[in-house]
Amino acid sequence: MFSRDNWKEIFETIQKNKLRTFLSGFTVALGILIFVVLFGFGNGLKNTFSKFFEDDAQNIITLFPGQTSKPYKGYKSGRRIEFDNSDLEDIKTNFPIFLEYITPRISRNGLVKYKNESNNYSTRAVAPSHQIAEKTIIMKGRYLNTRDIKEKSKTAVIGRLVEKDLFGAKNAMGKYIDISGSAFKVIGVYQDEGGDDEERRIYIPYTTRQLIEKNTDKVDQIIVAFRPELGYAGALALDKGITEFIKNKKFINPNDQNGLYVRNVAEGLKNTQQMAFVLQMIVGFVAIGTIIAGIIGISNIMVFVVKERTKELGIRKALGATPKAVIGTILLESVFITTVFGFIGMIIGIAILNSMGDKLKDRFITDPYIDMPIAIGATVLLIIFGAIAGYIPAKRAARIKPIVALRDE
Amino acid sequence: MIEIKDLHKSYKMGSNSLHVLKGINFSVKEGELVAIMGSSGSGKSTLLNILGMLDELDEGSYDLDGVPIKNLNETKAAQYRNKFLGFVFQSFNLINYKSAMENVALPLYYQKVGRKERQEKALKYLEQVGLKEWATHLPNELSGGQKQRVAIARAMAAEPKVLLADEPTGALDSKTSYEVMDLIQKINDQGNTILLVTHEPDIADMCKRIVHLKDGVIIEDKKVEQVRASQYV
Repeated sequence: MFSRDNWKEIFETIQKNKLRTFLSGFTVALGILIFVVLFGFGNGLKNTFSKFFEDDAQNIITLFPGQTSKPYKGYKSGRRIEFDNSDLEDIKTNFPIFLEYITPRISRNGLVKYKNESNNYSTRAVAPSHQIAEKTIIMKGRYLNTRDIKEKSKTAVIGRLVEKDLFGAKNAMGKYIDISGSAFKVIGVYQDEGGDDEERRIYIPYTTRQLIEKNTDKVDQIIVAFRPELGYAGALALDKGITEFIKNKKFINPNDQNGLYVRNVAEGLKNTQQMAFVLQMIVGFVAIGTIIAGIIGISNIMVFVVKERTKELGIRKALGATPKAVIGTILLESVFITTVFGFIGMIIGIAILNSMGDKLKDRFITDPYIDMPIAIGATVLLIIFGAIAGYIPAKRAARIKPIVALRDE
Repeated sequence: MIEIKDLHKSYKMGSNSLHVLKGINFSVKEGELVAIMGSSGSGKSTLLNILGMLDELDEGSYDLDGVPIKNLNETKAAQYRNKFLGFVFQSFNLINYKSAMENVALPLYYQKVGRKERQEKALKYLEQVGLKEWATHLPNELSGGQKQRVAIARAMAAEPKVLLADEPTGALDSKTSYEVMDLIQKINDQGNTILLVTHEPDIADMCKRIVHLKDGVIIEDKKVEQVRASQYV
């Protein structure tokens, strides 16, 4: 069935029936092309959504103090809640199995000077584990360590752009900068994928900040990182546990929504991922629809092709073509055309996706791509259905008596 | 060569059945040139189709070169057609996207003859019908007579035992008809058995034997003095 002679016969038929070849080939190529591009865009959409969250760690729960709006246990409403170091310790001791790390954060804005250069920067007083939470990447030197916290040392880790602003091309390492009147030694320079703002920050030990501010033990925010293996349900449980614990400790009415704010990245991430998933489902649905439309298209064309060739097939049968030979002729032709054009469509589609890159970033599509197995799978699916679609009318045509086929005008 | 006994054939038309052939007894020897005549509806084409294994008989027997033609499946019928029979149709039935030579070579393709040999043979038969120069032309570049000659070359290419022609001159003017008949007579002169269906008496007279069909039965079967077509060409 697959001899060289058969192929020659098929090539000749294809060559001499260009319109027919083009029609069926075009349908297949277009179907695959649209499928690949749509599916790729779906992936691009997902890329964009996950990039929103890539900047920071995703196993983070952040606690913000608020102002009570309900009276509780003798306390009036309108009371301002504050966190302090004991809260850190209490969370640590009460939720040991959930916790990966915990860090406070005290943010202050202030003038930072080095020699004649000065600028306003936000300074974050944090614990060493903040580096993980913020995904801070150290370029030079080191991040804050536990010794800095313990000794309340006046050390600072500055952003790449802070160094650029204040030091120009010079190296900031080991130099002393003036942060709101206190001299800090630069021990590290970092970069961050979160954008320019994130690289215009200065990190100092939170204990140093507390010492400067009249030896207070207050902290602004508490960042709690849970063990990633807890998953979404575990994160929600911890979220709830800590909220209850703090509300109880700070005498906040359990129903008071304003005394304590909790932001759970997992929740936002889940929502976003769900949305991206739904979007991809929709895109995938449309893509599958395209494939089905392609299959229907190729089926129609095959029915038409067989109809058009009925007389020719009758002649061939009268000249001694067996039903098997008739089916083989039609099927091989159809499989050959769908394979060649299917892969052409696939390659063009992938080329379009590859050339896209970041060009559609403003439209929320980043680096669209399609997995090769999916692209090839869809193409093969179309080829198989093209073959089935060709087989059914071919078989019917092979069964028609030559005398009937010959009468067909 | 051909042996038919008590052949019956009827067609179902809805609830009615049309009895077309009502007991035909008929035999053809090797080298004969037989014209089957009759008005339309007499069953002459049905008889030819059954002889050509394009249609099946209902009752009776049909032996072709000693082989009983009975209960053939499609594959077997196709193989027998390819081996035993050559067809010439009124409407030529050439494949329009294939050149004259490719058309002639097609039966050989189904005999699994190699490509080179196919082309050589096809050219040889085209030469016999005087169309060697037209080998690469498509059917729509040929005249009606030329098309029919290509069809005859195609029918001969498979070297069949019997050549069956269904109104081979039906779509041609009389001059071209005589040319085609001249060719058929020459092929017959080489010893080939030929059956042709016609309703034109002058064409029938160019055969060696005339079988007259009417209402599904043979009413006359006579040998005739052959009129040579070459004298009109």
